Amino acid sequence: MNNAIDIRGITKKYGSLTALDNVTFSVPEGMMLGLIGPDGAGKTTLYRILTTLLSPDAGTATVAGLDTVKDYKGIRAEIGYMPERFSLYQDLTVNENLHFFASLFGVKVEDNYDLIAPIFHQLSKFPNRRAGALSGGMKQKLALGCALIHRPKVLLLDEPTTGVDAVSRSEFWDMLATLKEKGITILVSTSYMDEAQRCERIALIDKGRILDVNTPEKLVEGLGEHIYNVSAEKMYPLLEALRSLPEVKNCYTFGATLHIATESGFHPADAIRRLSDMGLTDVKIYPANGDIEDLFIKLAGNGE
Amino acid sequence: MENDITISVKGLTKRFGNFTAVDNISFEVRKGEIFGFLGANGAGKTTAMRMLCGLSYPTSGSGTVAGYDITRQAEEIKRHIGYMSQRFSLYEELTVKENLTLFSTIYGMTSNAIKAKTENVFRILGMENMKDAPVKDIPVGWKQKLAFSAATMHNPEVVFLDEPTGGVDPVTRRKFWEMIYRASSEGMTIFVTTHYLDEAEYCNRISIMVDGRIKALDSPERLKEKYGVKTMDEAFRIVARDARRGE
Repeated sequence: MNNAIDIRGITKKYGSLTALDNVTFSVPEGMMLGLIGPDGAGKTTLYRILTTLLSPDAGTATVAGLDTVKDYKGIRAEIGYMPERFSLYQDLTVNENLHFFASLFGVKVEDNYDLIAPIFHQLSKFPNRRAGALSGGMKQKLALGCALIHRPKVLLLDEPTTGVDAVSRSEFWDMLATLKEKGITILVSTSYMDEAQRCERIALIDKGRILDVNTPEKLVEGLGEHIYNVSAEKMYPLLEALRSLPEVKNCYTFGATLHIATESGFHPADAIRRLSDMGLTDVKIYPANGDIEDLFIKLAGNGE
Repeated sequence: MENDITISVKGLTKRFGNFTAVDNISFEVRKGEIFGFLGANGAGKTTAMRMLCGLSYPTSGSGTVAGYDITRQAEEIKRHIGYMSQRFSLYEELTVKENLTLFSTIYGMTSNAIKAKTENVFRILGMENMKDAPVKDIPVGWKQKLAFSAATMHNPEVVFLDEPTGGVDPVTRRKFWEMIYRASSEGMTIFVTTHYLDEAEYCNRISIMVDGRIKALDSPERLKEKYGVKTMDEAFRIVARDARRGE
């Protein structure tokens, strides 16, 4: 199978800061790959290189078979890009934005209508509203529509669902799944780990380096930690108390409970007794299944 | 008992022309409570929050925040609350210290009080070494902690947080929430909006707005029980799925 994105030894420095450090990975045609890492890991720099907006200091990358430096003009017709910040014209209406982007690429909105039909259907309720007056969810759907207008082979999405409510986020990801079925390759970054879970593969990036590329399931298997749920009547004192226990390697909030990552010699009953001695009431500890979020926290914690 | 209530609104409504952005909402928030104010995009959260902060006059209904009437004492309310938004909180070109001084001065604090409070903030956050750095040069996690500190320099009774953690990675979000926990355990009332539903679980109670109305209001535990689901994410979807506006 051919690679829609192929990144070989890409390095990018800003002064003394190495934003990307010898990054190598590829995305096969038709795959949806999630780029996951802490703020400042280098995700946006990588997007800017793949979209030909920035040249690497070393290494090469191809998108849709074209070199990001030598064939930069050709690449721009093959990709759809949603930058982190809302990039449409706020003073143009929904329809004007769509037609503007279509004319930039020399196509008509109708040409690739099948691709944007689900999005267009939702936007059709207010074709004459200015983009700046749309809600967060609709803005992002419009931006996706504009990114698809010329039927790109590869979609590059940099945190597309920031500021979008849970229902709209879910609809947005349903749209991505449909586009993937139509053969479009997708590289998407996100700070929502439930979205990361929906990718076929995940590339973990931290401090400009790729730590691992694998399926979400395989990555979680590699956690190699003993993780437990812990709850008590008063959660904030519990958080502080758990951090004082030597066999607790890490402790963090996790929905309604706390998660602790422990050494192998951890005994819940013993810990409950000691926490009770510290004045905590109604302490419960039971094993948890680690997920991508735990993995992310572990990696980001190790980096500090 | 009356003194334990920091926010109280009854029948709060805001219309823009023939569009009812906020439709007859009523609720109370206790002192020291972390109150999650959830809703789909366009549900009316921001409009409601603006009325609570004294920035928008209600079409009808009444309410008090920190003991002041939202229709008649808007200026008093502004002095007794803190406000932080993800979109704007700090002046990027000013240094860390200058930002704190600016916000404190706006809130009318004395220079002695500002000096003591600023030093205290640097000590608690461990930011001494970056106090002279322009805010644009510090990492996003620090910016957030700083923005929260700037919004609470004057020890407000209640702080309004409008999507304080949008677009921030899971580790940085958690560090921010630990600040919220601490402030709440010291008696500050927290009124917070978020799209991260795992964060909703950290709230004492949650309201979910749909099309201008409050469709659900209870503790996360009881809401999950009521809708027979395991996570707030599922509960939110059930409550919000009938939204008509969704604009």
